[in-house]
Amino acid sequence: MSKPAAAATTPAAKQPTPAAKQPAPAAGPHVAPQPLPVQRSKPGLPPDVAAISASNSSLKAFLHALPAVDPVGLEARVAVLGTRSIKKDSKLQLIDLAISMVDLTTLEGADTEGKVRNLCRKALLPDPDYPDTPRTAAICVYPDMVRTAATTLAGSGIRVASVATAFPAGRSSLEVKLADIALALEAGADEIDMVIDRGAFLSGNYAKVFEEITAAKKACGQTVLKVILETGELGTYDGVRRASWLALLAGADFIKTSTGKVSPAATLPVTYLMLQAVRNWHDMTGQRRSVKAAGGIRTTKDAIKYLVMVNEVAGASWLDPDYFRFGASGVVNDLIMQRRTQKEGHYSGPGYVTVD
Amino acid sequence: MELHYASAPENASIARLASRYQMFVDGKFIDGQGPDLESTNPATGKPLAAVSSASAADVDTAVAAARRAYENVWSAMPGAERGKYLFRIARGIAERARELAVLETLDNGKPIRETRDFDVPNAAQHFFYYAGWADKIQHAGFGSRPGALGVAAQVIPWNFPLLMAAWKLAPALAAGNTVVIKPAETTSLSILILAEIIADAGLPAGVVNILPGAGDIGAALVEHDGVDKVAFTGSTAVGKKIQHSLAGTHKKLTLELGGKGANIVFADAAQDQAVEGVVNGIFFNQGQVCCAGSRLLVQESIAEEFLDRLKTRAAALRVGDPLDKNTDVGAINSAAQLTKITELCAAGSNEGAGRWTSPAMLPEQGFFVAPTIFTDATASMRISREEIFGPVLAVSTFRTPDEAVAKANNTPYGLSAGVWTEKGSRAMGVAAGLKAGVVWDNTFNKFDPTAAFGGYGESGFGREGGPSGLAAYLNTDDEGVL
Amino acid sequence: MARVAVSKTYKLYIGGVFPRSESGRTYQVTDRTGTFMANAALASRKDGREAVSAARKGHVTWAKATPYNRGQVIYRIAEMLEGRRTEFTSALVDTLDMDPAKAAEEVDAAIDRLVHYAGWTDKIAAVFGGSNPVSGPYFSYSAPEPTGVVAAVAPSGNALLGLVAVIAPIICSGNSVVIVADAATPNVAIAFAEALATSDLPAGVVNILTGQAAEIMPYLASHGDVNALDLSAAGAVLRTTLAQAASETVKRVYAPKGSPDYAAIPGTGRLRAFLEIKTLWHPVGAVSLTGGGSY
Repeated sequence: MSKPAAAATTPAAKQPTPAAKQPAPAAGPHVAPQPLPVQRSKPGLPPDVAAISASNSSLKAFLHALPAVDPVGLEARVAVLGTRSIKKDSKLQLIDLAISMVDLTTLEGADTEGKVRNLCRKALLPDPDYPDTPRTAAICVYPDMVRTAATTLAGSGIRVASVATAFPAGRSSLEVKLADIALALEAGADEIDMVIDRGAFLSGNYAKVFEEITAAKKACGQTVLKVILETGELGTYDGVRRASWLALLAGADFIKTSTGKVSPAATLPVTYLMLQAVRNWHDMTGQRRSVKAAGGIRTTKDAIKYLVMVNEVAGASWLDPDYFRFGASGVVNDLIMQRRTQKEGHYSGPGYVTVD
Repeated sequence: MELHYASAPENASIARLASRYQMFVDGKFIDGQGPDLESTNPATGKPLAAVSSASAADVDTAVAAARRAYENVWSAMPGAERGKYLFRIARGIAERARELAVLETLDNGKPIRETRDFDVPNAAQHFFYYAGWADKIQHAGFGSRPGALGVAAQVIPWNFPLLMAAWKLAPALAAGNTVVIKPAETTSLSILILAEIIADAGLPAGVVNILPGAGDIGAALVEHDGVDKVAFTGSTAVGKKIQHSLAGTHKKLTLELGGKGANIVFADAAQDQAVEGVVNGIFFNQGQVCCAGSRLLVQESIAEEFLDRLKTRAAALRVGDPLDKNTDVGAINSAAQLTKITELCAAGSNEGAGRWTSPAMLPEQGFFVAPTIFTDATASMRISREEIFGPVLAVSTFRTPDEAVAKANNTPYGLSAGVWTEKGSRAMGVAAGLKAGVVWDNTFNKFDPTAAFGGYGESGFGREGGPSGLAAYLNTDDEGVL
Repeated sequence: MARVAVSKTYKLYIGGVFPRSESGRTYQVTDRTGTFMANAALASRKDGREAVSAARKGHVTWAKATPYNRGQVIYRIAEMLEGRRTEFTSALVDTLDMDPAKAAEEVDAAIDRLVHYAGWTDKIAAVFGGSNPVSGPYFSYSAPEPTGVVAAVAPSGNALLGLVAVIAPIICSGNSVVIVADAATPNVAIAFAEALATSDLPAGVVNILTGQAAEIMPYLASHGDVNALDLSAAGAVLRTTLAQAASETVKRVYAPKGSPDYAAIPGTGRLRAFLEIKTLWHPVGAVSLTGGGSY
């Protein structure tokens, strides 16, 4: 039986042995902390979106008042999280979770229907030798490949995500961007991954970014909207925090790190900030928004570091494909290989994993 | 989903724990004439190993050995050669790093993540740094040829057993002194493995002598007529006694004593990093750190929000088996220390401070304290004034920078302070106003052999680290005498 | 008929002014022939307390002054002494029966010593501090700061040079001092105080008490607002008891072996004795998100 030490707030001082001790939990000395151990004594007021977005200057006032980020402190914190040692059952659990969170992605000029169909089959059956391997969350393709993907995946529950809005640079008119979204939606996309106008963001025209996201959100209706911040082009961690809040204010369902076309793509510190933003948004509004880390995640080790961070920064309730995704392709095979290692008790090799 | 991190314990057998450890005197591992000490594993409360301890006669023997080694070998050896021994020791520590880390965690109770990533590598780095000074003393800024002092008596605490040994030994040896050192009663094991490394390095017999023992042996050592230099790290109460007993003796004394460091968080701080810094400041090594940021001064305009964030973060700290690689907060070093922490916490509650305790599960056995935060801790409360040396934070608020500095300086101690603000001019200005030997701007608990460390006021005098750490072991009196 | 000389009353120098001892006590100062010369104030414990309080205020002002400014002020003291060379020389001759040439030499040495320390003020940080090449993304530096209020015993013999040789290294880094003057030569010490009062030295930086070190120093050694003691001129017995008292508040104590040769070229030991090294750390982040591993 376990009981939190907090219950014993006045330990007896009479004996030299620990007074605040409690019986250890059956699973070992550690139990993950409750997702929200601290009840805010006075919940922060939800942001008044209408007032904040009334003008560019009101947006700027809000975004620039967000707490600053110290890059060295942030990276040091992330580095410590990266030393968490995840073994045995926990590891298998996280591998399965990671596979189920992947938006299996192909975004190449050379994409063909055949390539997309193959990728869809990979999503449906990641490891033919182990049919209990979870399916990926989604397939992510360009708009003109959506119909192929949707047809192949019909009835599977695997979602079809499409990049849109003049991906990856986003350098076009709003009309064109909205038409891009419409094209993807008509072809059967379940999720839209849009890009923000980084030029507008960097020039301080936050209103333009805001308006494009709200227009995209309106166009999407009930369809999930992921907003790509392209953090590698934002220049600073402060910029990443501001862009995250801007997208959340404008109604993004997901905030997503990167297109995968710019280096660096997703990094742990950037994702940390975005997880912190959705966590704070939840504390303020009760709404649970989502994060997608895209690009640069190649190994099981990488994926597990992200999931540890999701657990410890946003909270355990974000360990769900609805609330956290990986945008990746190669990582799935490494996850499968590590999964086999866990199951078989010996190291697996690339020859045993299907390449699609 | 709920994520359980399966326990990931480091293998205790890596420590190659012996059932009994001997003293190291005159190049030999020998039995002392004192009663055996029993080293306890703080994580279980159970005995770990026996340690042979010194008697007063053993102090005489060790000081005589150190004197012989000083006069016959060490003082005559060129600095470059002395330095090579220190380089060897640095390498030896690195080679046995994992063993030392596990042993330290078993003996001290601190998390393996800290011994592995902080204590042991920094100990090696300290030897490496001072090794390089051995043949460059004349360039250290204390005259052209400041000499060694002779035999150094050193007494070190239990909170960083190996690292404190390195902080003491490396500069003393680099400067050309020989040493008799006494580890803390509860943590003698890692320094006796260091003795093996020293022996393997071929350091001449008697240059380093290690005498396990309790406070009486420490007193006998520092008061011994045969020593020329005394360096002590530990409590202010004992430091005062030593300073008193050395009055009028011309033994060069350096003291690194207690602290009640303030972490000052301004409204414009990078708040998430400030939260991390405050957490690191008070929960690193279970708060058993002389420079811990044990007082949080937070600007009133952000206090409520900041404390919410802080508690959320502190609640996520994983308290438990120090050998588990995922443990953030390990065991308190001894039952006695646990009692002291518990008693001061009770005082905090009784004096009316608001108490928050982490909901972390504590192991059934061993000496554990859940991270604790006292809000509305007024300046007069014991938790605000006394060094608790545990994972207990006292929080109060301030309104203006002046008030923050005044409150931070309102202590007889003066070891460390933290400043969190994004405004550069304020950071520098507040740092200048703080009476503290180490000021961390937008970071906390950072240490490096190149950077001086030591206190103002009752936190002691003299510095460790950097050139000033070398000066502590040199005769730097350069005034002409009649 | 010979003119009746105006005789001088020697008072204390505390906080930039010249008060009598609050105790009302005086003692007699005699010249080389043993003839009564003047009454000097016999400082008490309470005078010591007043002096410490003045010294604390003086330290706060003085430590905030720029090093360049402190250098100029100390140089100004030298200028004041230079203008009063004859006065100091005859004081030494009269009181201590010094050879006039030797006395003049000592006055010159005292002036030169002040000039020496005037030039130190803006070098101390560079010589005893510096940046620390730490292993991590931090800018770290260690810089010396003044310890605070120093209580000192003035040497006997070398009435002026000894006084200057003790005071100047203490104050040049920004400390203030309460010094108990040599009991035999309060006239020299107070004449020096008059030179200080006409220089631009802020009030309270130097406070001079005349009387018995053995009576006053124990109170200063145990005083909670005194940060350090200079016992280099104290006798062995007094040294020990004062150093013991100092341990109650962990004061810094400067008491090197041997009897100091004040005429010798000064080293830096005295300067360093009353410095605290403060180490500061600040993170260093790279400026660009695309700059690689560290943003």
